[in-house]
Amino acid sequence: MHELSVIAGLMETVEALAKEHRAKEVTVIRIRVGALSGVVAELLDSAFDMVKKGTIAERAALEIEKVPFKIRCKSCGAESERDDFQFACAGCASTELELVQGTELILERIEMDSGEPEE
Amino acid sequence: MKKQLYVLQDILGTNQKIAREIKAACEDKGVLVLNLMSSPGAGKTALLEKLAERLKNRYKIAVIEGDIETERDAERIRAKGVPAWQITTGGACHLEAKMIARILPLVEADIDFLFIENVGNLVCPASYELGERIRVVLLSTPEGDDKPKKYPKAFSTADVLVLSKADLLPYLPFDLERAKKEALDLNPRLRIFVLSALTGEGLDDFIDFLVDARSALSPADA
Repeated sequence: MHELSVIAGLMETVEALAKEHRAKEVTVIRIRVGALSGVVAELLDSAFDMVKKGTIAERAALEIEKVPFKIRCKSCGAESERDDFQFACAGCASTELELVQGTELILERIEMDSGEPEE
Repeated sequence: MKKQLYVLQDILGTNQKIAREIKAACEDKGVLVLNLMSSPGAGKTALLEKLAERLKNRYKIAVIEGDIETERDAERIRAKGVPAWQITTGGACHLEAKMIARILPLVEADIDFLFIENVGNLVCPASYELGERIRVVLLSTPEGDDKPKKYPKAFSTADVLVLSKADLLPYLPFDLERAKKEALDLNPRLRIFVLSALTGEGLDDFIDFLVDARSALSPADA
């Protein structure tokens, strides 16, 4: 259960970006969580609820995009999504693979409000 | 006024950046850094005690121990005549690179091997690089041969799998080939060693591997 550390790190980044852009409030934080990132999306939600209190993102929505684990075969070129994390091509069973996605833990974007009227 | 900002930044980026700095600094000095991960009680400290005994006359080694509480593991290593630093995380389930960075200035610069023993946990430590060149995951035979796929992150990010407590194999329903296959399914490039820190079985091969890996780092003075 290191989701709390992950969210604490995320909030440091978000607060720094908000300050840099002179935001009054952060309204949306969108992240991508790979199936093999080592963290659980539901626990990130709970951790975010705890950590956001009293911060610039207190009322922000945490949007989590779950990214499946996907590999590309170097032999036959097929791409396969493997929810069993088997590192073998679903087509030809080759283990010469490259990882396409699934290990990422990425802050994709944030939405902020400057508190000033729209132009 | 609302504003959207595309960031596209690794959430663990700060940790990974510090880890890369540690890795570069250590490898420049010819220090082979290893990160040992396993569940509690798989035999990380017992293996390090044996490695300390076997390596200390030929090489300079140091150990960083991570635990939630107590100085016990560092004391066990020091009893072997090897310098050891204990990090007590006070509850945190894993080590982070910044914790290692705080200890590094205390470690002598001319060591050959730096072993980092992570907090006993097969889940969280896997997400945090510590600056290691070689990530070692241990699975002890009493834990069962079905563990690799239950903890895919730990086994898929490791470079080396040590199947420990091999001396217990005759007494356990542990299928060595199944454990190896499960791990290799997750990670075909995994190097696997079967050993017992208690009897010393399989230890020579592992030590040869460590020495070769260290030599590959700095062929000039190996």
